[in-house]
Amino acid sequence: MTQAIQLLVGTRKGAWTLLSDAGRERWTVRGPLFLGQIINHFVADPRDPRVMLMAAATGHLGPTILRSIDGGATWTEATRPPAFPKGDPHGRAVDHSFWVEPGHADEPGVWWVGTSPPALFRSADGGDTWDSVEGLNNHPMVMEWFPPEGGTPDGAILNQVVVDPRDPRHMYLATCSAGVLETTDQGASWRPLNQNVRCDFLPDPYPEFGQDAHFLSLAPSDPDRLWQQNHCGIYRLDRPGERWTRIGEAMPKEIGDIGFTIVPHARDRETAWVWPMDGTDVWPRTSPGGRPAAYRTRDGGASWERQDRGFPAEQGWFTVKRQAFCADACDPMGLYIGATNGEIWASGDEGGQWRQICAHLPEIYSVTVAPAP
Amino acid sequence: MIQVSIPSQLIAYTGGATRVEAAGATVGAVLSDLDDRYPGLKFRVVDEQDRIRRHMRIFVGQDEVKSLTVPVRDGGELLIFGALSGG
Repeated sequence: MTQAIQLLVGTRKGAWTLLSDAGRERWTVRGPLFLGQIINHFVADPRDPRVMLMAAATGHLGPTILRSIDGGATWTEATRPPAFPKGDPHGRAVDHSFWVEPGHADEPGVWWVGTSPPALFRSADGGDTWDSVEGLNNHPMVMEWFPPEGGTPDGAILNQVVVDPRDPRHMYLATCSAGVLETTDQGASWRPLNQNVRCDFLPDPYPEFGQDAHFLSLAPSDPDRLWQQNHCGIYRLDRPGERWTRIGEAMPKEIGDIGFTIVPHARDRETAWVWPMDGTDVWPRTSPGGRPAAYRTRDGGASWERQDRGFPAEQGWFTVKRQAFCADACDPMGLYIGATNGEIWASGDEGGQWRQICAHLPEIYSVTVAPAP
Repeated sequence: MIQVSIPSQLIAYTGGATRVEAAGATVGAVLSDLDDRYPGLKFRVVDEQDRIRRHMRIFVGQDEVKSLTVPVRDGGELLIFGALSGG
């Protein structure tokens, strides 16, 4: 059963929405919103989809959070955006908010934001005011987990916040220089969760921390199953286990297992999708061989199948960034990618066939699914 | 009062005005006064550690300032610019 949905699209130059019909066949593009603003993430609240938040900045201006409480009809700026306390002992200031995460279903109004430099902020009022999560941001290890000069070319990032749907106190972070961190007391204390995750760029290839965890997903049907797309491979971990397994070893060698994101199936714990990118020699980070494709596993990562029908068969060099691959929960699931070349592609049959539903947007940073208004 | 020049990047806060008046004896005080009337403006120019953001430039008269503690004389002019290269 399918239903109308909308895609919330954040780009390097503003935000757009795409509204589908009930069959997800026809799409209407609306926008831009906040033309020229860098929108790293654009998310609707699953607890109340009229509430939407954007992580925004411009090339000139400092970062902020933009909020709507009427389904995107009107927007206001957060009264107190994420910011370190004045006089922060490490002199940190938020460069940009990167990841916006709704809180647990039992905590309406709670939201989390991950920033660059890596830090975690919490709002208890629907994103209007934000406070530093000191249990992480002033953890005794914070300068080792997040060294000031570490991380990506655009600055080190707290890549992602994940809340266990069964327990609001249990959360994971995916970070660019400490790998995965876990808390069981809602952020008061944290510990690395990186056993057997490889670091190709450190002298010790299996450190306690130092990994770049690009993306972490919990299987919706089994939140103890964790999927990770790491800077150095695809991994899986079944809790309460502690040791990750590199399931990307089963990917075709000519494709590799480098990428930004991993999308779990809404109902089948054995199924997930990745979007590989070229991680050879100088790391072009394009679609390998100029042939874009998703890869799907249906057996927990023991094997992978290529899903490229509809995509260019040659000279297709776009790729997909961290927040720009998502799925709806229909049956069959719809899959959606936002590409670096401003195109959005959709599959209505779980990756069997893809088609372009929008082109010519600015570079896409984020695509998320929300109910149709 | 201080005459303040508002760049295009910030006129969404000032209702479209490119020149406004503000009070204050220092650059920081002027920006705080602006923020009282145009909430959110200051944080987009100055970070939480009171550093002027990398691609914003502030002048008092003809002189560029790098600190919010620089004094501003009553009747003077404070100019805010957005300065960014690239596409």
